[in-house]
Parts: sequence; structure tokens; C-alpha cells
Amino acid sequence: MPQIAVLTKLTDLANPTRFLGLASRILPWMAGITAVLFAIGLYLSFAGEGDYQQGMTVRIMYVHVPAAWLSMMCYSVMAASAIGTLVWRHPLADVSHKAAAPLGAAFTLIALATGSLWGKPMWGTWWVWDARLTSVFVLFLMYLGLIALNRAMDDPGKAARVSSVLILVGFVNIPIIKFSVDWWNTLHQPASVIRMGGSTIDSTFLWPLLIMAIAFTMLFFTLHVAAMRNEIWRRRVSAQRRMAARMAGQTLEKGV
Amino acid sequence: MVIALLFRDLKLSVRAGGGALIGVLFFTTVVAVIPFGVGPDLNLLSRIGPAIVWIGALLSALLGLDRMFQTDREDGSLDLLLMQEHPLALTVLVKCLAHWLGNGLPLVIASPLLGLFMNMDEVAIGATMLTLLVGTPALTFIGAVGAAVAVALPRGGLLVSILVLPLAIPVLIFGVSASYAAVQDPAPFMPPFLILVAITMFFAVLGPLGAALALRNAGD
Repeated sequence: MPQIAVLTKLTDLANPTRFLGLASRILPWMAGITAVLFAIGLYLSFAGEGDYQQGMTVRIMYVHVPAAWLSMMCYSVMAASAIGTLVWRHPLADVSHKAAAPLGAAFTLIALATGSLWGKPMWGTWWVWDARLTSVFVLFLMYLGLIALNRAMDDPGKAARVSSVLILVGFVNIPIIKFSVDWWNTLHQPASVIRMGGSTIDSTFLWPLLIMAIAFTMLFFTLHVAAMRNEIWRRRVSAQRRMAARMAGQTLEKGV
Repeated sequence: MVIALLFRDLKLSVRAGGGALIGVLFFTTVVAVIPFGVGPDLNLLSRIGPAIVWIGALLSALLGLDRMFQTDREDGSLDLLLMQEHPLALTVLVKCLAHWLGNGLPLVIASPLLGLFMNMDEVAIGATMLTLLVGTPALTFIGAVGAAVAVALPRGGLLVSILVLPLAIPVLIFGVSASYAAVQDPAPFMPPFLILVAITMFFAVLGPLGAALALRNAGD
């Protein structure tokens, strides 16, 4: 029964204490791999020659494209965790999507800012109301709204369940972002790395881009696990504070 | 039961304290403020008219959303609605319809008058009214999710607007583009209009389901 074995493994992991143990073991490794990948990726990005048309500005791509990919992947991770919250009522899934929201907002902001910096020399403008730019901007606003909603409630369990509903409804936006450049013919170029019939990017640019993409993904998972660990600790600290306050109240009553 | 709930909600929203007509008043005020901002140039106003009327309707539709479930929660009837054996999504759908009849339909009826203020021609006014008639239910259905999510919050009104607006953007895009397509010749009217209908149908399913899920989880 390998399937059941895998399932028990997963349920074991879902125990917060086991998760904390695993996190403390793998976090140094993940951080190390991320640092090495970034070192290689950044070296390759700066070692290669500039594009014959775009010159040095093509190097912005190595940050912009991975950040934009991650802004969408992070939302997908949040949607998967939201299903975990609603279906299995899992505390770790609550922690997962709560920890991912600020990360997603940060990556989306990086993608928007670098895209704007790249747009000025290439398109001649900082910002256009093009389909992809607008939908990514909307994604950024959704991240901020979700963070605001999560902070507005005192009870973490209820906050997690209610924001899961909103995360799942907002997931409608992800396909719109992904395909906006194919559906509407606008200034932003259509998908060129992953598409039918092979990539249209030259391999001298593709390799650094892929390594940077993996580095960014590793960075996301490292930060995500670290943020989840912090959130679990934060909840334990506040639970212990409450308990300490209750004990103090009881001893006070006994004393009187 | 369904009819009774529909009439109850409708009466509550139209009678004193319901605030349904405040939405229309807000709609009129928003549209009336625009000429002060962009200047009384009639050509410009007639060009941006459909967009202004749509944005005004969108903002006014947001206005009454936070009261959708909150009044029921305050007087305890929300618990009764949660306990009955009908599927909760159906109850939410009926509440959405009542909310739309009380808050959305008046906006649609008021829109030709505001179109006249904006110096739009007859075709543009008709097209805007038709797209609003089809599009505003989608706003109510999307808003139901936001209202259900924020039902337990003491001051959820502003948060509901922030959460709902990003999701309402496709409705605005296709509503406005259908209104413009009716006036400008080369663009066909039907494709954006049919997409708008599809969006409304889609959210008529997703909205009540999501709102019911959120209501079950928010009630402790």
C-alpha cells in the first residue's frame, strides 16, 4: 500500500511540531542552495553579452520574468492551501496561506517595478494600461486586500477560513493574467519561453533565465517555510501569554 | 419560503432605513460631480459618458453591499437562515436577487436620465442601460462573497469595497466595451455583450456558493 504510506507521511508532516523539526533541519540547506543558485545565475546574467537591440537593459529580464512567474505561482500555492483549510480544516494550511500572502505581494511588486524600469527605455513609458500590466496590478491589489482581511480578524482560525473562500474566488484572475497576452494583442509581448514549438529566446539568454527562475523559486520556498515557522511560533507565544495571564489571574484570586 | 424571503428583503431595503434609494442618490451625485472635474465640454462628456455612467453604477453598487448580511446578523435572523434545511446557496441567491431588485435595478432605471446629462445619443443611452441591466447582477453576486466574508467585522464596509473591486473589473471592462461598441461602427456589439452575460451567469453560480461557504465558516 504505497499510497497509504505516502498519505501517512503527509499527515505526519502536517503536525506543526513535526513541521517545525523538519523546517529547522532543511532550512539551512534550502538557504544554501538558494545562495549558490543566485551566485551562478547572477554571474551568468552579467557575464553574457547584451542583446544586439536592447543592449544592457535585457539584464532586467533575469529579475523581472522570474518575479512575475512567482507572483502567479505564489497565488497558486495559496489557493492549494486554501483548499487544505476548507476541506481538511488543517491548521498548517491556514499558516501556509497566511505566510504566503506578503511574499506574493512582494514578488508582484518586484515584477511591477522592474517591468516599469524596463518599459521606460524599451517602450518609452513607465506604465501603460495594457492587459497584462493591468491584471498583474489587480493581482497586487488582491494580495493587499487579503492581507488586510487576515489582519482585520482576531481569531486566526476564522480569519483563515474566511480568507480561503476569497482566495479561491480570486483564483479566477490567474488564468486571465496568464493568457492576457495571448487573448488581447497588446504592447506586452506574448509568452516566449514556454510555448508550443519551442522557446523563441536564444539559448544564451535562456540558460541564465532558467537558473534565475529556479533560484527565485527556491528563494520563495525558503522564505515561505521560514515565514510559516515564525507564524507557528508567534501563535504559540500568544497562546502561552494568554495562559500565563489566566494563571496569574487565578493565583491572584486565591491570594485574596 | 423563497417568495416570502424575497419580499421580506425587498420590503426591508425599500422602506425607511433600508438605504436602497441612497444608492441612486449617490449615483446621481457621482455623475454630477464629473463635469466639475473635466469641464462642461459636451463633446468630451458624450465621448466618456458610457464609461462615467458605468463607473458611477459600480461605485454605487458597492455602497449597500456591507448591509446585505450584517442586518440579518444583528437581529439574529441569519442564524435562522443558516439552520433551515434548504441549501444555503439557494437562500443566498434569493437574498442576492432581492438586493439587486432593491439596489441594482433603481440604478439601471436612473441611468437614462444620467446619460441625458452626459449628452449621450439615444443608441448609447440604450446600450448603456442594457449592459447595466445585464451587468449589475454580476456585481451583486460578486459582492455577496465580499459581504459574507466581512459579515463578522465591526467596520467591514470599506474592506468589502476593497475586496470586491478587483473582482468586478472584468464586468466593468466588458460592460463599457459593449456600450462603446454599440456607438462606434466597426466594433461589433454582440461579442462583448455575450461575454458580459456569461460573466453574470458564471458569478450567479460561484457567488452564492462562495458566500454560503463563507457564511457557514464565519458564524461561530
